[in-house]
Amino acid sequence: MRKSGRGVAAAIAVAVTGLALPWIVPSITTQAAFLWLMILFSLTWDINGGQMGYNSFGNVFFFGVGVYACALVQRDSGLSYYAGLGAGIGAGALAAALSALVLGPAMLAIRGHYFAIATLGLSIVAANVASAWEYIGAASGIAAPLFPGAIGDRAKFFYYLLFALAVLTFLLVRRLYRSRLGLAINAIRDDEDKAEAMGLHTTRYKVFAWSIAALLLGAAGGPVGNLVGFIDPNDLAFAGATFGVWMVLMAVLGGKGTLWGPVIGAVVFHVTQELFWTWLLGWQRVAMGLLIVVIVVFFPTGILGWVARRRTTAA
Amino acid sequence: MSNLTVLAGAPVLLVQLVVSGILVGAIFALVAYGMALVWGVMNIINIAQGEFVMLGGYVVFFLDRAGIAPVFGIPVAALVLYVVGIALYHTIIRRIVGRDMFTSILATFGISILLQQLANQLFSADIRTVRSGLPSLFFADGMITIPEVDLVGFAAAVVVGALLVAFLRTTRMGQAIRATAQNARAARVLGIDTDRVYATTFAINCAICGAAGGLVAMTWFIQPYLGLTYTLRSFMIVIVAGLGNLAGVIVAGAGLGVVEDLAGFVLGSEYQTAFVFMLLVVILVGRNLWLARERRSLR
Repeated sequence: MRKSGRGVAAAIAVAVTGLALPWIVPSITTQAAFLWLMILFSLTWDINGGQMGYNSFGNVFFFGVGVYACALVQRDSGLSYYAGLGAGIGAGALAAALSALVLGPAMLAIRGHYFAIATLGLSIVAANVASAWEYIGAASGIAAPLFPGAIGDRAKFFYYLLFALAVLTFLLVRRLYRSRLGLAINAIRDDEDKAEAMGLHTTRYKVFAWSIAALLLGAAGGPVGNLVGFIDPNDLAFAGATFGVWMVLMAVLGGKGTLWGPVIGAVVFHVTQELFWTWLLGWQRVAMGLLIVVIVVFFPTGILGWVARRRTTAA
Repeated sequence: MSNLTVLAGAPVLLVQLVVSGILVGAIFALVAYGMALVWGVMNIINIAQGEFVMLGGYVVFFLDRAGIAPVFGIPVAALVLYVVGIALYHTIIRRIVGRDMFTSILATFGISILLQQLANQLFSADIRTVRSGLPSLFFADGMITIPEVDLVGFAAAVVVGALLVAFLRTTRMGQAIRATAQNARAARVLGIDTDRVYATTFAINCAICGAAGGLVAMTWFIQPYLGLTYTLRSFMIVIVAGLGNLAGVIVAGAGLGVVEDLAGFVLGSEYQTAFVFMLLVVILVGRNLWLARERRSLR
């Protein structure tokens, strides 16, 4: 009873903050939109990373597929702005999910660190191909079509889109972890051979879970591409050095394999980054490397794990 | 694909590509052997491998600028990287030995970003190269060009590799390293200071990479972001060759050099990196299918 009350309170708090944020402090709408994106990133990473034990270093691949699919639909379909955007986001989600379905059986059969490095390779291949392929703009990228509304409304519009996507992701993921699928992927994480011996179709579950992560990442691609306005293959779509690493880092920071961990990790990470990063003047990425090392080496269980340990030792 | 017909029309070009591929492959093999050493002894996949190569390259580059020839610069680079390796071991690596693979991959990935960005800040993102001033050799009426510096790089890679093997085979420390690789616990029981073994192993790997980096700066170029390609190439070579298989590493390294050269020529150089990483993914998937078949036949 008390627990569900707390959940409702948290939900209301999140909804009110999320809806009101662009009206209270309009100047940070874009940064706030990226906060929701970060939450989506770490939540979707945790589906395969934390809950299934498949530590992908290349989930940014699906995001990039979504970004490009949406941009191409918007460029070539000839639809009006909103219709094109809607179709583009749908196409992005679909293309990403399909690529996970196609790649999944082969990739997810690779275990442990081999999987980590194979996915890393995949995202780098994608970045390299995207920067060489003329049809999708090669290294000079694609510009998103002009937003038809007022200038200030553009950021707000995509803010709400990303907010809705992040909330949807959270609800979906929560539903997922309570379902049979959640149990199955946890069993796979704990002991895949045993899970298979118990009669679970491990490949099916793995591919399905990865496709869900891909679907959500792909759907996020379109709004982000349009919010930024310009799609660069290496800095936005297949940004392995930033988004790709951040996904993993945020989930680990919050506590991987938990529902709230990735959310907390993403909020802490993104807020810290926005507040302090500009002071570092170009040394941000050096600090990023240091941060990864410190978190992984000294706080491998993340914030939630640390809190849980404090609580058990106090009690 | 038009380059394919060019290749079919002039087989001598193929010889050119194969020879230069093998020469470059020796450097890849050197870096891969270091990775296999750390992997086999410490059970760590070092993602920062390529960054050590990059740092070694910068040491040789700056020494060369100060008027010290690469012949002396390369040993200095190895020494500097040895010290870097010892420092990294005592601050970070020591804490991740024996932890799960995910931790070691992510931690060394962090080191890799750290070093790469430090290099970017300190040395700028410019592409650097060490001019050797050595001429090129021409064969077959100038159809085959082999820069002498590539031959020097190849020879140096062979020498460093031979020194390493001699070290592991003959010295006490080398024996301790091999014993630890076989069974760390038993080694500890028998009085081997495994902590020191790990530190030495990691630092030797760094030194090898440093030397290889010097060769890369001489034969090719260096820039802060080239690390990951070397890391993944080494990884590829190691999984194809297997741990502790020196001959395999050499063959796989040369093979990778040749395949990469051919792919760069046929597909165009803008797709060369993409091809290397695609090859990595294909090798991993293929290796897995092969292992699955082995498992089935065991049943």
